[in-house]
Amino acid sequence: MQRKKNIWPYLLLAPALLIVLTVVFIPAVNAVLMSFKNYDLRRPSSMGFVGLKNYMTVLADPLFWRSLWKTIVWVGLGVGLQFVFGFILALLLNKKFMGRGLVRSLSLIPWVTPGVLIGLMWRWIFDGNYGVLNDILMKLGLIGDKIPFLAQESTAFPAVIMTIIWQGIPFFALMLLAGLQGIPDELYDSADVDGANGVQKFFLVTIPSLKSVIFVTTLLRIIWVANSVDVIFNLTEGGPAYSTQTLSVYIFNKGNSLNLGYAATMSIMLTLGLSLVALRYLKSIFKNQGGKA
Amino acid sequence: MKKGKFKLLRTVLFYLLLAAMLLFLLFPFYWTFVTSVKPESELYGETVTYWPRTFTFDSYRKLFTEFNFLKPMANSLLVASITTVISLTVSLLAAYSFSRFRFKGRKLLMTMFLTNNMFPTVLLLIPLYAIMRKLGILYTPGSLVLSYTTFTIPFSIWLLNGYLDDLPLALEEAAMVDGANRAQAFMKIILPILMPCIVATGAYVFMTSWNEYTFAVMFTNEANRTIPVALKNLIGQLGVEWGMLTAGGIITIIPVCIMFFFAQKRLIAGLTAGAVKG
Repeated sequence: MQRKKNIWPYLLLAPALLIVLTVVFIPAVNAVLMSFKNYDLRRPSSMGFVGLKNYMTVLADPLFWRSLWKTIVWVGLGVGLQFVFGFILALLLNKKFMGRGLVRSLSLIPWVTPGVLIGLMWRWIFDGNYGVLNDILMKLGLIGDKIPFLAQESTAFPAVIMTIIWQGIPFFALMLLAGLQGIPDELYDSADVDGANGVQKFFLVTIPSLKSVIFVTTLLRIIWVANSVDVIFNLTEGGPAYSTQTLSVYIFNKGNSLNLGYAATMSIMLTLGLSLVALRYLKSIFKNQGGKA
Repeated sequence: MKKGKFKLLRTVLFYLLLAAMLLFLLFPFYWTFVTSVKPESELYGETVTYWPRTFTFDSYRKLFTEFNFLKPMANSLLVASITTVISLTVSLLAAYSFSRFRFKGRKLLMTMFLTNNMFPTVLLLIPLYAIMRKLGILYTPGSLVLSYTTFTIPFSIWLLNGYLDDLPLALEEAAMVDGANRAQAFMKIILPILMPCIVATGAYVFMTSWNEYTFAVMFTNEANRTIPVALKNLIGQLGVEWGMLTAGGIITIIPVCIMFFFAQKRLIAGLTAGAVKG
């Protein structure tokens, strides 16, 4: 390993650094500046520095609080159930059976499917008139009349959450499966010797061994799911009556309507909230890095 | 005897659960395909058919003749390819630097690249829109390439750094003892061994750029919109063209699936390595 003073490492980093500074850090600083400005592209004449006015407006905006609450439910239920079903899938794939490789590849496809397509595929499945979900539920005798899942407030949000669960199961399964395969057999053998049953082995060997995988994967998913716009936007655009509008979607909608200052203000607040999660993630990464270096 | 029965029950339960899981995960794709090959009369008919009574590629034909889907496909291909080439080049250099040198500020710079992954898309979206507008590159493929590097470069560096750390230093050192300089050792020794990992990383970058919607819908117009935006545009004022939309969906995921199947082994190894080690 090279330890003497050398400009090479910096030269090699320069191109990546330059791009990232331009497209990430300058915009991030700009977002902060914009949040202190009246920056509405539809009203270019009234642009200017307004101090904390945007923040005050955001805090007094009932839709902001509603979207924040939606985000919490969306992330909590979405990531929570992704974890549960992803874990089940990982346990299933950890068993040996014919065609396991193929099944594993196929079950990962939702993860690489574009968010737009996910939104649109499910929108068609949930469709109130011609949707297949209504048909299946009616054939099973579970419902008598067709339900316009995405058009009424009571069912739209659960339907949207179900879609994000569907999207996230594969990634959880993938990470947890890698974790499961890394557990040494001896741990289970010695648990056998101690007379542990299946349930005990699961809680005393499997779960503790997977602690760091669960931790890192969950944090990553929280950040991704909280930031995701495309799935909700293509399912419902945040409606009906804002019932599926998370904070990210709200910001996106505000940005689309060119009220950039207001959108920037909310995005700063979202970022601050998420950075609490991100900090824990970074800490865990550096624990690993420290061990390696 | 009792134990045998119990085992059979467990096996049955196992396959039932697996089947249910696969059905849930794959049914939407089946449904999308079936929808894309149904005639319009069957799509919006009284009864829902689970396999088309008449099989037709009409929606696909319409997609290319009436809707000109080739244009967004070409745009997506262009944007995703350029993004992949740029991201891989600069990330490989950076990852090599992080992996093979110990220098002042290394940890700080690594943190900087890692935190990049945490920035919400919407945080960057708003100022980038304003910046691109000022620079006059809004509504060009370049604006998309630039905005995609916000997440592809940090991610590629992280992945490639992991792969490089797993390569023993002895390989290059041997070459350097034999008189090769660092650049030669990199080109002749590291690059060939690392190639499968570079391809896997590139496939991931390509897939994410190909799939991206949030930036694309803000930064493109009619002339250079990409596939995800075009798909969404099939939802018009007069209702949704579900036949064409699902046909477009099938066309969109075929290249992604092919790439993923080839790259998945290395990609998964790279993704899970960091999380599992700790």
